[in-house]
Amino acid sequence: MTDETQDRQPSAAESPQPEAVPAAQAAPVKPAAKRPAKVADEEISRRGFFSWAAVAWVGFSAAMGGCMTAFGRFMYPNVLYEPPTSFKVGIPDDYPAGVVDDRFKESNGVWVINDEGRLYALIAICTHLGCPPAWLEAQNKFKCPCHGSGYYKSGINFEGPTPRPLERARIFVDPSDGQIVVDKAQKYQWELGQWTDPSSFITLA
Amino acid sequence: MLKKLQSGIVKSQVWKSIFRVGIPTDNRKRAMAMLGNVALHLHPIKVKKSGLRMSYTWCMGGTSFFLFLVETITGLLLMFYYRPTVEYAFFDMVDLREVAAFGIMRELHRWGAHAMVITVWLHMFRVFMTGSYKPPREFNWNVGVVLLVLTLLLSFTGYLLPWDQLAIWAITVGSNMARATPLLGAEGPGAALLSIGGTKLIHVGSDARFALIAGRTIGGGTLIRFYVLHCVGIPLVAAWLMAVHFWRVRRDGGISGPM
Repeated sequence: MTDETQDRQPSAAESPQPEAVPAAQAAPVKPAAKRPAKVADEEISRRGFFSWAAVAWVGFSAAMGGCMTAFGRFMYPNVLYEPPTSFKVGIPDDYPAGVVDDRFKESNGVWVINDEGRLYALIAICTHLGCPPAWLEAQNKFKCPCHGSGYYKSGINFEGPTPRPLERARIFVDPSDGQIVVDKAQKYQWELGQWTDPSSFITLA
Repeated sequence: MLKKLQSGIVKSQVWKSIFRVGIPTDNRKRAMAMLGNVALHLHPIKVKKSGLRMSYTWCMGGTSFFLFLVETITGLLLMFYYRPTVEYAFFDMVDLREVAAFGIMRELHRWGAHAMVITVWLHMFRVFMTGSYKPPREFNWNVGVVLLVLTLLLSFTGYLLPWDQLAIWAITVGSNMARATPLLGAEGPGAALLSIGGTKLIHVGSDARFALIAGRTIGGGTLIRFYVLHCVGIPLVAAWLMAVHFWRVRRDGGISGPM
């Protein structure tokens, strides 16, 4: 490149107007013809091209991966406006024997039941497909409106398509204020033999 | 006078820039007129006689596309009234039915959706029974299967939007399937493998269902999420795949005729 510009300069200087234009036009052609003979330093080599291409592709892939990760993470909310999974439901004396308490079903999705000296919390989610069953006092059973699954007061299933009993939640008395705490994050399944776990019920005096 | 005006318009730059070919007088110009117009070029220049036989094609693909257009137009109109929040969604839906002018618009959208699911299935059935999935059309069959899934997803996401008891519990039941997603569902196979030092990475607060419905139970977050998917996400993908689908029908030799 540098040699050629030096070659061209005197000719352009000697004959200013008529030859200046053809020289400029010929300029792009000349170095192209001479390129194989001498590869200048600034010119990108085959190896250099692929090195840069590799860096560019890695950078591009990393950027895309970062974006996709961000998009994916964006879909997971940080704050949920849902009722807490652990909550207080009053003192044991609030629950007379044999009663299925419907008060916390709408707000927290559990029934608190006093049955034969034991207090337990049944989670109000049908184990068939996840609908909320209803407590039918007159028929003494839980009945799901979606597909007709039925459960006894204990939560054991006896009719409809459901494959297993309702699940129970962790329940205990908070020693600080004597209130019953129900914790839905911890579940107990009958078919796994978990209903004998002492934290799945409260023994009443 | 009138003739002068007409030739003045036809020779104007505005007219010529829009209609490049004049009134076609021979076959070549007719073909050029079809190819040069964005609306007409979607239609093939020549149609096989067998392609017009209703008893063979049932016109179920065309009817499905027509219903997609009906859903797009009526759905766009519904969007002017419907607000996808827990507070308003149900009442806006009732208003659309009871007090909005042309309350039939909502019913058209609803019945059109039912009809589209049926016609897409019938189209698939016809294509299968006539062997039209065979080479060279096997790729287009696969595009069609994806379009079928998208049609069902449109139907599923639209199901939640009335926000009545049927909608909420139907989506509760339907979205429970996502719990069983391999690896990414809390109750799915392989989910237990994704854990670090005994801490589960995939649980009810981090699995695929959680991302789908924006929470542990169906709520306001689910409503807006399904609304966006229903109105923007899925229709865009479906429209693009439909373009590919129709293009491939032409490339693969037109609507399949009797072999």
